[in-house]
Amino acid sequence: MKLIFEKSVPGRRALRTGPTDVTATANIKKDLLRETPAVLPELSELDVVRHFTELSRRNFGIDNNFYPLGSCTMKYNPKVTERIAACPGFADLHPLLPQLRMGRMLTQGALRVIYETDVLLRQITGMAGFTMQPMAGANGELTGMMITAAYHRDRSNKKTTILIPDSGHGTNPASAAVAGYKVVSIPTGKNGVMDFDAFKKSLNDEVAGLMLTCPNTLGLFNPQIKLICDLIRSVDGLTYYDGANLNAIVGKARPGDFGFDIVHLNLHKTFATPHGGGGPGAGPVGVNEKLLEFLPVSIVVKKDDGTYALEYDRPKSIGYIAPFYGNFGVILKAYAYILMLGKEGLSRVAENAVLNANYIKEKLKNHYNLVFDRLCMHECVFSTTKQMAENNIHALDIAKALIDRGFHPPTVYFPIIVKEAMMIEPTETESKETLDAFIDAMIDIAQLAENAPQKLKSAPITTCVSRPDETAAARNLNIASL
Amino acid sequence: MGFLKRITSRLGAPLGSRNMIPTEARCTESHEWVIFEPDTGAPLGVPRTAAIGLSEFAVEQLGDIVFLELPATGDKVKKGQSFGTIESVKAASDLYSPLSGEVLQVNQQLPDNLELFKTDPYGQAWMIKVKPADEKEFETLMDARQYQQYLKEL
Amino acid sequence: MPFISNTPQQQKQMLAEIGLTMDEPSPSKGLDELFADIPPEIRCSSLDLPAGLTEQQVHKALTEIAEKDSVSPVRDAARLTCFLGGGFYDHFIPAAVYSIISRSEFYTAYTPYQPELSQGTLQAIYEYQSAICRLTGMEAANASLYDGGTAIYEAVMMAMRITGRNKIIIDDSVNPIYRVMIRSYTMNLQIDFEHTNSSDGLANHEQILNDIDDKTAAVILQNPNFFGCIDDFTDIADAAHKKGALLIVSSYPLSLGILKTPAEMDADIVTGEGQSLGMPLSFGGPYLGFMATRKKYVRKMPGRIVGETKDRFERRSFVLTLQAREQHIRRDKATSNICTNEGLCALTALVYMSLLGKEGLRETAQLCADKAQYAYERLTAIPKVEPRFKDRPFFNEFVIDLPFEAADVTAELIEKGFAVGFPLSRYYRKMEKSMLICVTEKRTSRQISDLAEALERVL
Repeated sequence: MKLIFEKSVPGRRALRTGPTDVTATANIKKDLLRETPAVLPELSELDVVRHFTELSRRNFGIDNNFYPLGSCTMKYNPKVTERIAACPGFADLHPLLPQLRMGRMLTQGALRVIYETDVLLRQITGMAGFTMQPMAGANGELTGMMITAAYHRDRSNKKTTILIPDSGHGTNPASAAVAGYKVVSIPTGKNGVMDFDAFKKSLNDEVAGLMLTCPNTLGLFNPQIKLICDLIRSVDGLTYYDGANLNAIVGKARPGDFGFDIVHLNLHKTFATPHGGGGPGAGPVGVNEKLLEFLPVSIVVKKDDGTYALEYDRPKSIGYIAPFYGNFGVILKAYAYILMLGKEGLSRVAENAVLNANYIKEKLKNHYNLVFDRLCMHECVFSTTKQMAENNIHALDIAKALIDRGFHPPTVYFPIIVKEAMMIEPTETESKETLDAFIDAMIDIAQLAENAPQKLKSAPITTCVSRPDETAAARNLNIASL
Repeated sequence: MGFLKRITSRLGAPLGSRNMIPTEARCTESHEWVIFEPDTGAPLGVPRTAAIGLSEFAVEQLGDIVFLELPATGDKVKKGQSFGTIESVKAASDLYSPLSGEVLQVNQQLPDNLELFKTDPYGQAWMIKVKPADEKEFETLMDARQYQQYLKEL
Repeated sequence: MPFISNTPQQQKQMLAEIGLTMDEPSPSKGLDELFADIPPEIRCSSLDLPAGLTEQQVHKALTEIAEKDSVSPVRDAARLTCFLGGGFYDHFIPAAVYSIISRSEFYTAYTPYQPELSQGTLQAIYEYQSAICRLTGMEAANASLYDGGTAIYEAVMMAMRITGRNKIIIDDSVNPIYRVMIRSYTMNLQIDFEHTNSSDGLANHEQILNDIDDKTAAVILQNPNFFGCIDDFTDIADAAHKKGALLIVSSYPLSLGILKTPAEMDADIVTGEGQSLGMPLSFGGPYLGFMATRKKYVRKMPGRIVGETKDRFERRSFVLTLQAREQHIRRDKATSNICTNEGLCALTALVYMSLLGKEGLRETAQLCADKAQYAYERLTAIPKVEPRFKDRPFFNEFVIDLPFEAADVTAELIEKGFAVGFPLSRYYRKMEKSMLICVTEKRTSRQISDLAEALERVL
C-alpha cells in the first residue's frame, strides 16, 4: 500500500482556509522564516479519508474480535463515553481557565469530574487520596517512585534500592531506574509468587521500597501479601502496587487493605477507556494518609461552600507531573464507566474476569503446558514447551496461527521468567461463545503443531502482510520517508 | 544487569549445550570468550594480544544481531566492566570485558557483517584485540570444559 | 450487568466445567470460590459506591454537568471567546479528523505488537514520524511521548546519555509550566541546572554563550518562546557544538508552517506539544509530545519507533523497531520507562497535517500571525496599554503591559465574555501587570475589535 506522501498531487487541497478578514500582516523578517514550506501531503479530503479508511481495515481492535492480551485488559469500550467526551462543555475547555480569577466558577463541571473520580477511586482501592495527573501507567509508576524519594528525603533516610520481583512488567524496573534508584530483582519461587525467603534476605536499610502487582503477571495471588507489606514497613520502606492487574480483584479486595502505601491504576485497562493503538491512557496514583502531602499539585479540592477549586499550597509536593490536571478526556470516560457500573456492576467485573480465565485454563491445560496447575485469577500463563520439544513450534507460531482464525493472539514472551510464554487475559466482557471459539481454535492449532507443524510455520496467510522481517528493519533502519 | 548476565532456564526446559568451544578459549560467565593470538616468535616477556568475542551460545540466545557498539583503539578496558553494547531484535546487552588492558584493534568489518556472529563466532567475529595488563586474569576464567559444564547448569 | 455478556446460566455451566459446581440456584457461591486465594481478612465485602446508572441516566447526568458549567450569570465556559494560549491553542479542527479517529479499528486497538494485525496503526505511525520530520526539518522521530513537557525531560535524559555530561542550561523564556515539570521529574537525579534570564522578550544569548562549557550536555530553548517572540538560535547551536554540547528546541508545531525550523538553526533534538495539530483543548489532555532528532542519535531516542521492512513475500510492511532499547526488553537500562504513549493523538496529528497539507498549514500559520498582528495594533492603540517587548517579531502571541493588575483585568474580561491572560505572576517576577494575548485563525476581525473595545472600557 502506498504511503500518504506517495499519493500527493501537487496543487491538490483538502482544507481551504478562506481569505483573511483583517487588514494587518505579520511583521516577521525573512531570516526568521523557513526557506521552503514543509512537504506535507497535497490531497483532497476524499483522498485522505480513503487512505485512512484503507489503513483502518488493516487493523484489529476490540470491536473486531477477541483480544486476549495478558496484562492489557482489553475489555469492551462503551460507546456512550465517546459521546460524553465530545461535549463542548468538556472538549473545548482551555486548561488555563480555572487558574484565572473568575475562571474557576466557569469550570465547575470539569473540576467536579476530576474530584469525584478521585473520590470513587479512593473507595475502590482503599487509599486516602489521588493525583489524576499521570498520563499513563508507567508515568504513574515514576510518580510513585518520586513520591517515595520525597518521603525518604523528608525523613533524611539514605535509601538507594527498590525491590522488584523478576516477574514484574518492564516498566517497573525502568521507572525505578529513571527515578534514580538501583533495582534489586527478587526471583519468583516454585509456587509462582515472589520467593519469600529471597525477599526477606534482600531486606535491609538501603531498601527504599518494593514494587509489585498482585495478582502477579502469572495471574497468581500472593497469600503473604500483607506480611510482605508489613516487613517493608519495618525498614521504613514504602510499598508500591502496580494496578495493571486490578481487574482481577476490583470490588473484591483493595490494595489499601493489603497495606500498600502507593497505588497506580490504568484507566485504559480496568476502567475501559480505549487503548487508542498505543494511548492515550491515564495512570492516576493513590496514596495513604502519610504521603498525601507529597502528591503533585494542583489538586482539585471541594471547599466548604460545595464548589471545587485548585489547590497549589502543598510545600512538600513533588511538583508537576502533567502540564495541568491529567488526561482529562480519559478520566472523564473512566468516570462515566464507573458511574454506569456502580456498586453491583463493579463487583461482577472481577468475578467474570476470573471465571473466564479459569475456564480457558481448564479447557487448554491438556493441550499446552500449564505453568501452574492451580486456580488462577484474571489471566493464565501457558508455555509451548511440549510443542517446542516435539516439532520446534514456538509461542510465536501459535500466535501467528491464531491470527488466521480471526483472533488477536495473547501476549507472548512475557513474563520473561517463563520460556515460550503465552499470557491469556480474556476479561469479563467476553461471552462463553467467544471463549469456546478461541478454545477450539487453540486445540486445533495444538493438533496441527503435532501433525502438520509446517502449516504453522507459514502462518499467517490471511493477512495483508506475513512475518515482516524485524531483523532487516533494525539493520537497515528506515523510520521516515523524507 | 545485562541480558548476557541473566540467561537462565528458570521455569522452562533446560538449555541445549551442544556448542563446541575451541580448546584454547576461556570464557566469562557473561559468555565472552578470550583467545590469545598465536605466538609469532616474539621474545619472552612481550605480552601477547588477546582476541575477545561472544560465544556461540550467547549469539544463539540473542537471536539476529542488529547492532554493535565497540570502543576505539587506545581505549582502556577493565575486567568485568562494560566495553560496548550489542543489540538484537529481542535483546540488548552490555559486553563485559574478560580482561583488563588496552584496545589494540577493533574489528571494523564486523558491524557491517553481523552475520559473522553466526557463521564464525570464534574466528572472524572477534570484536576487539586487547593488550592484557595482567595475563594472570586469563587463568581465572573458565576453560572450554568448565564453560560447557556451566552451560549445562544454566 | 452492564457489559458482561454471560448470563447466570452460562456462569453456572462454566463453573461446573472447571469443577466449582455448587448446589445453589445462583452462581454466586461458586463465583466466590474463585477468590479462595485471597485471605479472608483482606477481602472487602462491598464497596461504598452508588448504584449503577443506565446509559440514558449517565448521558443525561454528564451532559448536564458539561452544559451547566457556570454557576454565575456569565455564559458557559465553552462559549467564551478564547484568547488564551500559553502553549495550548484553540485551532480549528476539521470534521474529517473526528470521523477518521473514531473508526474503532484505530481507537479500540492496542500497541501494535503483532504487526500482521496492526499495519494500519504501524503505517500511520510511520507516516506521522515522517510528517514530524518534514515539519521540523529533522531526520528521525519517535511515535509520541505524553506531552510537550515530558518531551523536554526525555530530551534532557537523551542529551545526558549522548554526551555523558550532566549540566543543562535553560532560559526562562521556555514555557514556565514545562520548567516546573522538568525540575519535578529530575529532582532525584544529579543534574546541574543553570537558569538564564530572558532579556527583553528573547532568550539571553549572551548569558547562554557565556555559560556553555565542556560540562554542558545541552541548552534548552523554545521558539516561538513563551512570550510569543520569534528568535534564531544558530549562534547558540554553533557554540554548543564547539564544546560538544547539544541544542534542544521546544517548538509550536503549527508555527512551523512559516517559521524557520529548528533544523535550519542546527538544533540536535526538537520537542514540542502537538495539541495544536488537531486535538481539542480538552481541559488539559490528552495531548501529544513529539520528538525528532538527527539520524546519528536515533538509538539514544526514547519511545516507540516504527520502521519499514519487507515481509516473507517481499511486501512493504511496518514493524516496531529498535525495541531492544525499550522498557519491556531492557528493563532497568531502558532509554525511558514509557510504554503506553499517545497513539491516537499521533494519528490525529497525522490526519490533521494531511488535511491541511503543504499549503494549508502555511496559510493557517500565516492567518494566525496576521490576526495576531491586527490584535497587537488594536490593543496597543488603547491608551495606557503598552507592548511589553517593543519591536520584537512575534508569531501569534504577545505580551501587553496594563495600568492595573492583569489578574483583575482578566476577571473583568471574563465577565464580558473573553477568556484571556495567563497567570504570569505565578512564574515571573515583575509581570503582575502584564498579560499574554493569543490569537488563532479561529478569531474573527469582529471578535478582536470587540476584545479591544471591552479592554478599553475595563481600563
